[in-house]
Amino acid sequence: MSTTQMTPAPATEPALHDLLAGRQLPRWAPLAAAAAGIVISLLLNLISAVDGVAGTAVVAAILFVIFQTGWSLRVEGRRHAVDRLATTAVYATFVIAATPLIAVLATVFVKGIKVISMTFLTHSMRNVDTQGPGGGLQHAIVGTFQQVGLAALMGVPLGILAAIYLVEYTADAKSSRLARAIGFVVDVMTGVPSVIVGLFVYSAFILTLGLPRSGFAAAIALAILMLPVVVRSTEEMLRIVPRELREASLALGIPRWRTITKIVLPTALAGIITGVMLAIARIAGETAPLLLTTFLSQSFNYNAFKGPQAALPTFIWDQFTSGTQASQDRAWGGALVLITIVMLFYAGARLIARFTGVKKF
Amino acid sequence: MAKRIDIANLDAYYGTFKAVGDVSLSIEPKSVTAFIGPSGCGKSTVLRTINRMHEVIPRAYVTGQVLLDGEDIYGPDIDPVNVRRTIGMVFQRPNPFPTMSISENVVAGLTLDGKKRSKAELDSIVERSLRQANLWEEVKERLDRPGGGLSGGQQQRLCIARAIAVQPQILLMDEPCSALDPISTLAIEDLIEQLKADYTIVIVTHNMQQAARVSETTAFFNLPGVGQPGRLVEIAPTERIFSNPTQEATEDYISGRFG
Ligand SMILES: Nc1ncnc2c1ncn2[C@@H]1O[C@H](COP(=O)(O)OP(=O)(O)O)[C@@H](O)[C@H]1O
Ligand SMILES: [Mg+2]
Repeated sequence: MSTTQMTPAPATEPALHDLLAGRQLPRWAPLAAAAAGIVISLLLNLISAVDGVAGTAVVAAILFVIFQTGWSLRVEGRRHAVDRLATTAVYATFVIAATPLIAVLATVFVKGIKVISMTFLTHSMRNVDTQGPGGGLQHAIVGTFQQVGLAALMGVPLGILAAIYLVEYTADAKSSRLARAIGFVVDVMTGVPSVIVGLFVYSAFILTLGLPRSGFAAAIALAILMLPVVVRSTEEMLRIVPRELREASLALGIPRWRTITKIVLPTALAGIITGVMLAIARIAGETAPLLLTTFLSQSFNYNAFKGPQAALPTFIWDQFTSGTQASQDRAWGGALVLITIVMLFYAGARLIARFTGVKKF
Repeated sequence: MAKRIDIANLDAYYGTFKAVGDVSLSIEPKSVTAFIGPSGCGKSTVLRTINRMHEVIPRAYVTGQVLLDGEDIYGPDIDPVNVRRTIGMVFQRPNPFPTMSISENVVAGLTLDGKKRSKAELDSIVERSLRQANLWEEVKERLDRPGGGLSGGQQQRLCIARAIAVQPQILLMDEPCSALDPISTLAIEDLIEQLKADYTIVIVTHNMQQAARVSETTAFFNLPGVGQPGRLVEIAPTERIFSNPTQEATEDYISGRFG
């Protein structure tokens, strides 16, 4: 009996293998299906059954899906065929989603790079004929930095504190009612159009309180706009910090507030920074509230608290509506500068996030 | 340094749900007391009332008394932060702070309390605590590496080092070995054996052999019925609980007839 156990009958091995193995398409199958689809589509194009680049591409894609799925169905069976179909669909949606993004970036780059020069980056539009070429946008860069910076200075701490309150201090029934009310207001704020926030700041701060038109007035509007984004994203991040960490800290006799600032916030920091960045990226491109609060300026104004101040979005709008080739080129140049600043800022924030917060092993 | 605990007529609630009712027991200084009983009978709940961690959960509260050397820790002018500094806790799942290195983890309770301490003082506390937790030899070369990179058993000993770095008088442990392998479990049990020279230790455990191995006194909790509050059935010297319990329910549980 022991001998039969130790030397299993060789006859069972192939059967077991058949049970475990499945027939598979060769690795080059998707390529072959794609090639076949493209060739047939081109042939159809030649005999004029299909025309246009887009039409040919779509037909090729459809043929590819049919070939691959049909082939897989015959050889590999239903489950694999469905898997391949789903994989194709996932890739296709990714391409469809990424195309507009890449197209926007490419268009802005191609149209904007033409006017980028040292002069463009270091001059204002003071004494420059808006209709003609020349001039620059440094005054707008200065304005955007000051306005967005002031807005972040107001909006980020306020938003983070509100999120801390919502997550950490709403245990009892009374405060949780207040938390729900705050949550509701925050959600409503997310939906308020930016032009209305601009109008609000204009009427409440400029007309009623007598605040001068200034970069600071614009910053108030931008801070209001970024607040709900900061609150909601920070809230999400704080909620995913495990309760065990808070308890570990409290059990060491670390007070509540220090537990939040030294344990909870650092743990969630990377996510909070990302949320803040998204909020800043959102407000950096706002135009309508700026027009209502600080309006336009063609010159440098380093004082955000007094007088109209330029900004990149309003610079783009102003140049674009001037309508000449030269001014529209400048508008595209402004767009390129704005996108670049936002992306650089984003990259910088990710870098900071990587080197702070949770330690990687 | 070690202190005694007397719990009197303690009820613990989660909102309107009474999780444990009418618990009275005494815990001797420099001894190990084990809490055993079926899941959900309120062992963790009672343990957490001893350092006022119960009330950290929203809407949770207690009635009754917990006396630390005669002083009611639920008294009106008692600061829970000071209670927790005096009564340390180790949790079921190791939970080192992910933003901190090994040494920062050990002294977190000291560096985060707001008082300034010299680097040399902190370094010596790191070494002392890690030695007490039997972890020093394993980590002394990588004190500035993240605590999360250690094995589960090492992480749990790191958490013990962190708890004893603030020099508490009492150490509460809630199933400290249930997420660990047998070797790490033995390491922690050895550690408990050493720590009881200085600390009063209360340990919740699912493992009756463990209770028998490490504790002098055992408290058996039980759940009379679904939805009813858990009860303390009996508390007695561990040998007596395991050889000659006075209550039938204890005998049933010990002999594996339920739970
Ligand atoms: N955070 C909580 N909120 C509400 N009920 C809880 C909470 N923690 C525990 N309970 C309840 O309290 C009872 C006792 O739980 P616990 O003390 O964790 O038991 P044990 O540690 O003995 O397994 C159980 O019925 C449990 O469902
Ligand atoms: Mg428990």
